Amino acid sequence: MEGKEIIARAEEYSASLNGSTLKATLPQRENAIKTLKEKGFPKPKSEAYKYTNISKSFKEIFENSDINEPSSLSKESIEKFFIKDIKANHLVFINGNYEADLSTIISDKNVVKIESFEEYAKKNEADLKAHFGKFASAEKDALTALNTVYSNNGLLIEIADKAIIDEPIICYHITDSSTNSTVVFPRTLYKIGQSAKASFIHFYHTVGEHVSLVNEVNEVILKENSDCHFYKIQNDQTQSNAVGETKVHQTNNSRFSAYTFTLEGTVIRNNLNIDVDGQGCEANMYGLYLTKGKTHVDNNTTVDHIKPNSYSNELYKGVMDDKSRGVFNGKIYVRQEAQKTNAFQSNNNILLSDSAIINTKPQLEIWADDVKCSHGCTVGQLDEEGIFYLRSRGISEQKARAMMLYAFTANVIEKIEFEWLRNYLEAEIAKRLDVN
Amino acid sequence: MLKIKDLQARVEEKEILKGINLEVKAGEVHAIMGPNGSGKSTLASVLAGREDYEVTGGTVDFLDQDLLELSAEERARLGIFLAFQYPIEIPGVTTTNFMKTALNQIREYRGQEKLDAVAFLKLMKEKMKLVEIDQSLLSRSLNEGFSGGEKKRNEIFQMAMLEPKLAVLDETDSGLDIDALRIVANGVNALKSSNNATIIVTHYQRLLDYIVPDFVHVLYKGKIVKSGTKELAMELEAKGYDWIKEEADLTTA
Repeated sequence: MEGKEIIARAEEYSASLNGSTLKATLPQRENAIKTLKEKGFPKPKSEAYKYTNISKSFKEIFENSDINEPSSLSKESIEKFFIKDIKANHLVFINGNYEADLSTIISDKNVVKIESFEEYAKKNEADLKAHFGKFASAEKDALTALNTVYSNNGLLIEIADKAIIDEPIICYHITDSSTNSTVVFPRTLYKIGQSAKASFIHFYHTVGEHVSLVNEVNEVILKENSDCHFYKIQNDQTQSNAVGETKVHQTNNSRFSAYTFTLEGTVIRNNLNIDVDGQGCEANMYGLYLTKGKTHVDNNTTVDHIKPNSYSNELYKGVMDDKSRGVFNGKIYVRQEAQKTNAFQSNNNILLSDSAIINTKPQLEIWADDVKCSHGCTVGQLDEEGIFYLRSRGISEQKARAMMLYAFTANVIEKIEFEWLRNYLEAEIAKRLDVN
Repeated sequence: MLKIKDLQARVEEKEILKGINLEVKAGEVHAIMGPNGSGKSTLASVLAGREDYEVTGGTVDFLDQDLLELSAEERARLGIFLAFQYPIEIPGVTTTNFMKTALNQIREYRGQEKLDAVAFLKLMKEKMKLVEIDQSLLSRSLNEGFSGGEKKRNEIFQMAMLEPKLAVLDETDSGLDIDALRIVANGVNALKSSNNATIIVTHYQRLLDYIVPDFVHVLYKGKIVKSGTKELAMELEAKGYDWIKEEADLTTA
């Protein structure tokens, strides 16, 4: 069985809790362990993990790392990661645990509820039990199963009906690998109320020289007519790894937009799965990956059109340099009932070196007969004509190349709602491309 | 200013320029005409430093420097400007940003201070008037979705911004209606001075009604087969290129 050692350790961990865990999440954990023992990790040639062998990549780190280790990082040591001078909620997670003392909430607490599962379960045990793992299925994905076993305390973020939250909710996920390699399992459940709107921005940082791995699960549940924007900025250390699932469940007239930016790391695997389980919905998936060195980034997305009259749009762009590798797999399902679906997908890539690799695969399964779907992927080099045009006006070749790459990323960047975040990413990308 | 001696160039295995001789002095306007495939655009591209062309012989002196030794950007910084026959569309780069970068790289090369935002804007406003180009066009992605006329006006706008010593206009008149042609020509004329020179590469005489050349050269099969004044252009317009071809073919035969 694949991942035998990893699963054995998870089982050991689960047994060691000896029932001293939340009752609300217990059935799902037990189910997750059972599933892992039955199915194991994905086999090397499995369709879903064809280009990313997770048991091989993570065997050593799962065996030798501290898992869910408490950390005593001080506020001073993490303050440098905070985005300054903006009106925002700052939520701090250390080694997967939400740290209320280090966090700053400026939004009205009556409409933005932020509670640990433990706290929430005191009054709402049945509700937590009903939602935890309801959509992010341990049976469908081994990494999600592993998170379900290990995430001993998650966070609930609930936006009240009709609440429009203008201040973004920024989540800083800090991993402390200063004494040993470290694996952490953040788990967050988002409930977006009817006609509510909120934006979540996730940053990932590792403190320490050792290898780190974040395996997170985000479950986002949108009530009718709600609007949610979900950002991931993966710009951690070179020796950092990140995997996990963002699972979204949409109901009538809701809008969800995911923005995934990957700039640094060792092995990164992003599972983004959206159920469009309502009419009049809109789902947007934007992604940008700029890789160098030996970074491996695998974006695996699924949008499942269950009901008619909805719209989904996906745009992922990648620039691979050195020996880095990008993987894009975009699945679109349109079920028989989902007539009048509009679903679009595009993935464009530029390879900057002969050793860089991109594996891109659109996957459409359409069972309805009255739909509009399109997909397209491109792999290319920089347009030499364009570079000559810029050079013929006095711009150096290096700068011309940087400008062209920068321009390539522009139509993803411009989708971002927040000017400060656009500026932040533009600066990071400019630094990377040596534009200035 | 520019001295071309026996210039030969090829693309892949095909010889295109087979010994061009041309001298251009400051203050002059030269027109290079010729039938399709005679090598006109190749000459323009070789001067600008396009790397697809391999120079196999001859020399080009520009302001006492060996032009052929310089990269495309070094030539531009020295004062060569090529107005493209087919300006490239670059999504994501605005003309404004493009010009700011180009101008500042050129100024840096010349040992001048970078222009600040205010000074740049002032300069841009001034040059925009010259080619009757709208600010909104310049804030858009470079040439993306521009009409043919807008693209050519944008070329002349860039020329106005960069103030080259030698401007090479490659078929700038092709695809232009008469109003756009007049605007482009007015722009070029306004930029002419006793310190700079212009080479107009064109198939038709039409543009030369608006930008009057001091010399007209006819390029055929990679060589200049005839030179004259603006009357030569009129003759070509009236009689076509066949008589030149016959004359040239007779001489080589």
